[in-house]
Amino acid sequence: MKEIKDLIVPENLSYTDAHEWMDKDATPSRMGITDYAQDQLGDVVFVELPEPGTRLEKGEVCATVESVKAVSEIYMPVSGTVTGVNTELEDRPELVNSSPYGDGWILEISADDPAALSVLMDHRAYLDMLKGL
Amino acid sequence: MRYLPHTEEDVAAMLERIGVSSVEDLFAGIPESCRSLRSMDLPRPLSEWDLIARMESMAASISGGASHSVFLGAGSYSHYIPALIPQLLGRSEFTTAYTPYQPEVSQGTLQAIFEYQTLTARLLGMDVANASMYDGASALAEALLMAIRLGKGRRKVALSSAIHPHYRQVVATYFSPTEFEVIELPYDPETGVTDLSTLADIGDLAAIALQSPNFFGCIEDLQRAADLAHGEKALLVACFSEPLAFGLIKNPGIQGADIVCGEGQSLGIPQSFGGPGLGMFACRMAHVRNLPGRVVGQTKDMDGKRGFVLTLSTREQHIRREKATSNICSNQGLCATASAMYMACLGATGFRKLAALNRDKAAYLKKRLETAGFTPLFKSPVFNEFCLKAPEGFSKIRKKLMEKGMVAGLGLGEFYPELEGTFLFCATETASAASMDRLADAIREEI
Repeated sequence: MKEIKDLIVPENLSYTDAHEWMDKDATPSRMGITDYAQDQLGDVVFVELPEPGTRLEKGEVCATVESVKAVSEIYMPVSGTVTGVNTELEDRPELVNSSPYGDGWILEISADDPAALSVLMDHRAYLDMLKGL
Repeated sequence: MRYLPHTEEDVAAMLERIGVSSVEDLFAGIPESCRSLRSMDLPRPLSEWDLIARMESMAASISGGASHSVFLGAGSYSHYIPALIPQLLGRSEFTTAYTPYQPEVSQGTLQAIFEYQTLTARLLGMDVANASMYDGASALAEALLMAIRLGKGRRKVALSSAIHPHYRQVVATYFSPTEFEVIELPYDPETGVTDLSTLADIGDLAAIALQSPNFFGCIEDLQRAADLAHGEKALLVACFSEPLAFGLIKNPGIQGADIVCGEGQSLGIPQSFGGPGLGMFACRMAHVRNLPGRVVGQTKDMDGKRGFVLTLSTREQHIRREKATSNICSNQGLCATASAMYMACLGATGFRKLAALNRDKAAYLKKRLETAGFTPLFKSPVFNEFCLKAPEGFSKIRKKLMEKGMVAGLGLGEFYPELEGTFLFCATETASAASMDRLADAIREEI
């Protein structure tokens, strides 16, 4: 397991308390799981993705990440429509481990209300949350 | 693993070590309301001599295959079991094996299951098989639930009424607490196979299930059923109660089935008055993550040596909890091992020869019974079972034959009221020509 000081937490992203990140500057915005989340899960072996076009409420399960020892649900950070999924993960789920903020992204979401993204944590708040864990 | 009773001294030593004075004190933390304070409702213990005498008298009160010529199949089949199977299967490494969660101490158990999975997948024409389930009926119910999971919101499954009646009852039990609907497809009274003409009108189908050879012994056209199912964007679940048939007829995988499941008792497992059985379960690789039960995989250790492990465990209860693919996390390890031994020692050629022998024996019995006044009920080809309409007054004769040590078929009226007066007969390699002649002659004499 990584020490907190070794975790990568990019400054330009927004975060949820379920350890998901979301890119608030792009529309539709990409999301994935944080460096901390992939480190906790261990080797990711499978990512179950939704059908593009699926509309989900905030907090609903939108994907599932399986590692060799655990299964973790991914929840919608905001209400909206899934506009795209990272099909690359079907054959290379390990990208979630090697590049959680890059090639290992999971979904693209078009938020119902773009303002809803502003309630997510910034990188400082997320880091503070991790330190408090 | 040893199972040895504790002596009084053992118990006293353990209690002293823990620091309590009695067994009662040991369990003091469990509230009285949660404890069963009654003694077990069991008869008094018996000495070994008395126990043997009691078992022998119980055994003498029932008739079995050894003293009777039994022409029954209907889901449980009389087949020879090669002598090497009980000999090898009786080894304590197999009979007392523990759940193989720790691969470093369970390589033998894991490899036995892996070999079983390989042979099962080949026999059924599928990509992957699980480590087995309780029996054919529960395997079918699990297959239909799996199809519902894969059906992304579809709510109906269609079940052929020519599937074994007990299997259909188990499916009904599994589905009773769910919101999903089980629809029965009729069988064609001329051919004895499933009538698929109503299929297109049902809609919202996740799966269609057929049994081949079906309960009447008739061989179904699985290819056509698969094409129709896929046209409806549904899966074809092909089940079976007599896997030996696949030595002769096309296996379900070649014919386009998506999930194949059924009872493996025929493969080296004694009939034992109905159990334990072996639920065989296989599917296409695309669906592996929705497969219920355990799966063993082959891998390499740090030194590059071949090894075996339980794999894809994230589908199971200890990780997925309420979202697990199934509540079955066990398998019929010993029965699965027996069937792997059976398939391995017959080999593909032996399997084909034995299947041909079953077909020929059944054809002979059918011909002999026709000379005794029976008439065939269905036109379709059969494997080792078939339905016949009995001559007038046969039910009385059947009782007399029973007293003479012959069990003449299974009456179908109990399961299909419209088939009152027809009987399902079975002849496997264990039926001798002499016993079949004797049966036909005895019936002729009585009529």
